[in-house]
Amino acid sequence: MTKSWLKRVSATDVVMWVVSLIIAGIVIYGSISSLQSGKYDGNTWKDLIVYGLTQGSIYALIALGYTLVYGILRMINFAHSEIYMSGPFASYFLASALLTSGFMDKQPWLSLILVALFAMFSSMVIAVSVERIAYRPLRKAPRLAPLITAIGASFFIQYVFKGLFGAGVKNYPELDVLKGQVNIFGLEMYRIHVIVLISAVGLMALLYTLVMKTKLGKAMRAVSEDKDSAALMGINVDQIISTTFAIGGVLAGAAGFLYAIMFRQVSWYMGFIPGLKAFTAAVLGGIGNIPGAMLGGLFLGLIESIGPTLFLAGLGIPAPNQLKDVIAFTLLVFILIFRPTGILGERLATKKA
Amino acid sequence: MDTILRAKEVTKRFGGLVAVNKLNIDIRKESISAVIGPNGAGKTTFFNCITGFYSPEEGSIIFDGNEIQGLSTDVITRTGISRTYQNIRLFSSMTALENVLVGQHPHLTTGWLGAVARTGKFRREEADALEEARRLLKFVGLSSLGNQVARNMSYGAQRRLEMARAMASRPKLLLLDEPTAGMNPNETEEMNEFIRKLRGEMGITILLIEHDMRVVMGISEQISVMDFGEKIAEGTPQDIQNNPRVIEAYLGRGAASGLESAKAH
Amino acid sequence: MQQEKSYLRQALEQGLVGGAIIVLIALLGIVEAFKERSIVGTVLSMGQTFIIGTQFLISYRTARKAGSDQKMAITGGAVTGAVSGLVLAFLVLLSMLFDLRPVFLNASPALFSILAFGQSQIVGMVLLVVFGAGIGALAGVIDTLAVRIRSTILQIVAIVVLTGLLAELIKLVLGQWPSIGRAMNWMFAGKGLSIIGAVVVALVVLVYNVYQAYAPVDPKKKPFFDAENWRGSKGYVRIAISVAVLLILPQILGVYMSEVLDQVGLYILMGLGLNIVVGYAGLLDLGYVAFFAIGAYVVGVMTSPEIAPKFFGMTFTWWEAVIPAVLVATSFGVILGIPVLRMRGDYLAIVTLGFGEIIRIVALSDLLKPVIGGSQGIQGIAKPAIGGFVFQDQQSLYYIILAGVFLAAFVAIRLRDSRLGRSWMAMREDEDVAEAMGIHLVTTKLLAFATGAAFSGLSGAIFAAKIGSIYPHSFNLMVSINVLALIIVGGLGSIPGVVVGSFALVGLPELLREFADYRLLVYGALLVWMMLNRREGLWPEEAHQRELYIDKDTPADAEA
Repeated sequence: MTKSWLKRVSATDVVMWVVSLIIAGIVIYGSISSLQSGKYDGNTWKDLIVYGLTQGSIYALIALGYTLVYGILRMINFAHSEIYMSGPFASYFLASALLTSGFMDKQPWLSLILVALFAMFSSMVIAVSVERIAYRPLRKAPRLAPLITAIGASFFIQYVFKGLFGAGVKNYPELDVLKGQVNIFGLEMYRIHVIVLISAVGLMALLYTLVMKTKLGKAMRAVSEDKDSAALMGINVDQIISTTFAIGGVLAGAAGFLYAIMFRQVSWYMGFIPGLKAFTAAVLGGIGNIPGAMLGGLFLGLIESIGPTLFLAGLGIPAPNQLKDVIAFTLLVFILIFRPTGILGERLATKKA
Repeated sequence: MDTILRAKEVTKRFGGLVAVNKLNIDIRKESISAVIGPNGAGKTTFFNCITGFYSPEEGSIIFDGNEIQGLSTDVITRTGISRTYQNIRLFSSMTALENVLVGQHPHLTTGWLGAVARTGKFRREEADALEEARRLLKFVGLSSLGNQVARNMSYGAQRRLEMARAMASRPKLLLLDEPTAGMNPNETEEMNEFIRKLRGEMGITILLIEHDMRVVMGISEQISVMDFGEKIAEGTPQDIQNNPRVIEAYLGRGAASGLESAKAH
Repeated sequence: MQQEKSYLRQALEQGLVGGAIIVLIALLGIVEAFKERSIVGTVLSMGQTFIIGTQFLISYRTARKAGSDQKMAITGGAVTGAVSGLVLAFLVLLSMLFDLRPVFLNASPALFSILAFGQSQIVGMVLLVVFGAGIGALAGVIDTLAVRIRSTILQIVAIVVLTGLLAELIKLVLGQWPSIGRAMNWMFAGKGLSIIGAVVVALVVLVYNVYQAYAPVDPKKKPFFDAENWRGSKGYVRIAISVAVLLILPQILGVYMSEVLDQVGLYILMGLGLNIVVGYAGLLDLGYVAFFAIGAYVVGVMTSPEIAPKFFGMTFTWWEAVIPAVLVATSFGVILGIPVLRMRGDYLAIVTLGFGEIIRIVALSDLLKPVIGGSQGIQGIAKPAIGGFVFQDQQSLYYIILAGVFLAAFVAIRLRDSRLGRSWMAMREDEDVAEAMGIHLVTTKLLAFATGAAFSGLSGAIFAAKIGSIYPHSFNLMVSINVLALIIVGGLGSIPGVVVGSFALVGLPELLREFADYRLLVYGALLVWMMLNRREGLWPEEAHQRELYIDKDTPADAEA
């Protein structure tokens, strides 16, 4: 029995175990020495956690777009990071127009809602057009083809925005209603963090209801199970796919808007890194799995926020925050190796024959 | 009465669905055997368990004296099992010859350096492999199509090419998944002849999956019938034709005509 | 009647699409950026060529759809052209009513002056529509001509535009021999061709086409690059001449063009490697620049007088460093490959992208600063030398690059035609079936990854010597995307495709510096367009033909 067990272990398995043991060792040693050093008090950790969750909720919204599209088409929508970028970028112009007209000072909440809606709409338009132009003609093509068009579309959109609107960073207007701190259950938190968290969670709840409780959601799930059978049942598959892209776009636009009001800036390259991170989050939760994407996003935001301080500072690494992206990507690689189905997902179980 | 393949209590589940349930099957060396059963009975899943595409949750599969369940497909191929696919899966943008050359992969040994340096060994090996590929193509009647890209070939030619590719790994056991699917009666008869010739000339053991009762009754020496993942009957074609459970399984699905015509044959 | 109506509607839609494309080109600033580069004297600038070219192509497309009806083709073309002009006129109108600049950076008065043909805006708007209709109708007329005449006209236009575009360089190359330069002066005006020059170029193309039409056709003649032509005694002569041309090329072309050639060469080298990974094995690697960086950094660390003594107590020569550079890059290929290559398809792309970023971030961070210099990079990298001869300048480094390219191409071809190459391609076609043929997937993928990494590492090592000092920002994602784009445009899995792709996507932009800002934009569009319309690339790999019969005269299929 042991012999057959040995036969099933490959050299790569052994290498991976060794590497993961080393990394686990580093993480544990780093955490212990960080905590023991006593440099960071409870308040620092609380701030890091709240910040992490806020950032994570934005990742989660983007991750939902990846997951929805993957669930239905089994492809990674590489251009999704640009869909996320285009919404807040377009609505920047609306925001500054509202600001110069003085409307924003009179009606800050209404203005914010208008700007948010415009961001969601713009992202949706881009998402649907990308699907229409770049992906739909390639439904039956070899798998590399749509992936390459996706990469192409991603760069095209980025550089069109750069070319049309300029390479510089654009600053979102500063609003008094978003400033300051609030006290919730005895915890001092930034108002903006609370707003972002609540909006994101609300949108996610909305999406979950849409997919699980409505007729449209049922059709989407049917298409993701089996396109041909769904078509036989009278479902317009192309239309459902378009709708899925639209929903993903709306969520990405909302995420972009939340990012924009939190950090008050937009630029043509703002999509790239969050896009990668959100993809990581989607894989983390199990790609194709909607609650998974939400969970993965929050988890990733948290790890990224407390990780550098917790794992790396204790090791005496200079400027650990420079390496925060490295943590996220390393995490991605390790999930894919050890649990490719993610925390919740089963979709990845590969059908071979 | 040598057994080449023995499946013991093989079980494969997908979530709640039991696709193959405690299956026991013995295959004799140099026999032509068949697994039949209605759609969704678990035949192809069983094939996938043998060839390592799936790893069964329970039970063991013994091939040539070794346990092979759960090994990866490339290892299993090297032990001497080869297969074709229900929906033809050729390397579609490669030529017929190249497809067969890929099939010989386990028997070639030159690596990276040998290929770059084009050593004498490499050249001999390539020449032999090419000759073997031509011989196999001739055997399946595709000599003149060697340089055609697989996707441009006709359906029947693709089926035969897939067989040539499977034979190129010099298997002891060849699994054929619905070899006559989509063929007319003449082509089917040709394919039957061909399968007999394979066993006769090459001494390969053959296990096939079929829907078409006529094919199965005509050529197999031993038939196992599956339904809902379980084996419901086993025996010679005569036994099977008279087995009430088999008739029920087929009649229950409204497929009696196939059986009737097979009897009349 | 019904048909005619639907055709006209199509023409209208095409016109709108064309108009939208031109508006995009204009607002992206492309028209203005290229206004200085004249094609034909003061008559035609490159900026205008973009507008006219788009109008022409889109109208031509409409005309083609009309089929054999000549009148309809011309009308359709004219409608499309006019509508696209109308869209542009609308943009001019908008610019009169609103200030577009706060939103669209390039909506400058200069742009609208070009769009309005330098006239007042109202006149310009009318002209735009009339001119568009004219171009469209012309496209329609050309569509109705006989094939031979049509192709001749299109060739003339294309070649005149291309020579005009490259006129400055042609002048530069000719300028190396002052007498020839002076003698050819009449051909050029400003940065482009003179009117006489343009006419002469057109005439040359015309005469060539007429000659082709009346020359006796030799049925045995094979295309220039056909393998047949390169075998036997005649083949050796051809090979000898080609090699000689390649060897003296930098001397003929001069310093600037040699620099461009070097760039192209380094990209060919990387392309040959990535072609094995993506083209043969079907593994989409977006972090390819990592190996290029590793190759460059190993050479940097080993040869730089600032860093090498700290670790080795001495500095190495370039030749001593190049082999470790390739080996380290290869090992990184294996180390990165082991975890990554067990994944299927799409994941690989995104994980390798992440890896490329990790390498860049780590290179930039303070973590490795003592070793590789952080953002300050590494200076004083050694140049290769043989005996007393130092490969100092672009013209001599060319030979090192050429040797590298030949080595890589040789290895790539040999591997392609081996068991390993076949395994790669089988894996690309169907991973599961390939595994069921006895191919060990991880090993086979690793070999592809490692070979690709080796070529990239070599390219990086030469690159380091060429520029002398390296910084992390030289190794960004753009490099990976450039390489990917060039192998796709050339034709995935095709070795000549890599060369063609490199010249088209690296060489051409180097020659047109205005293009730099739009490079990735155009690549992005090109990738999408290629996948939708010409997936096999400019120079696709042909199916491998082999001798079919063991003894030549028995096609004995009948018996089976």
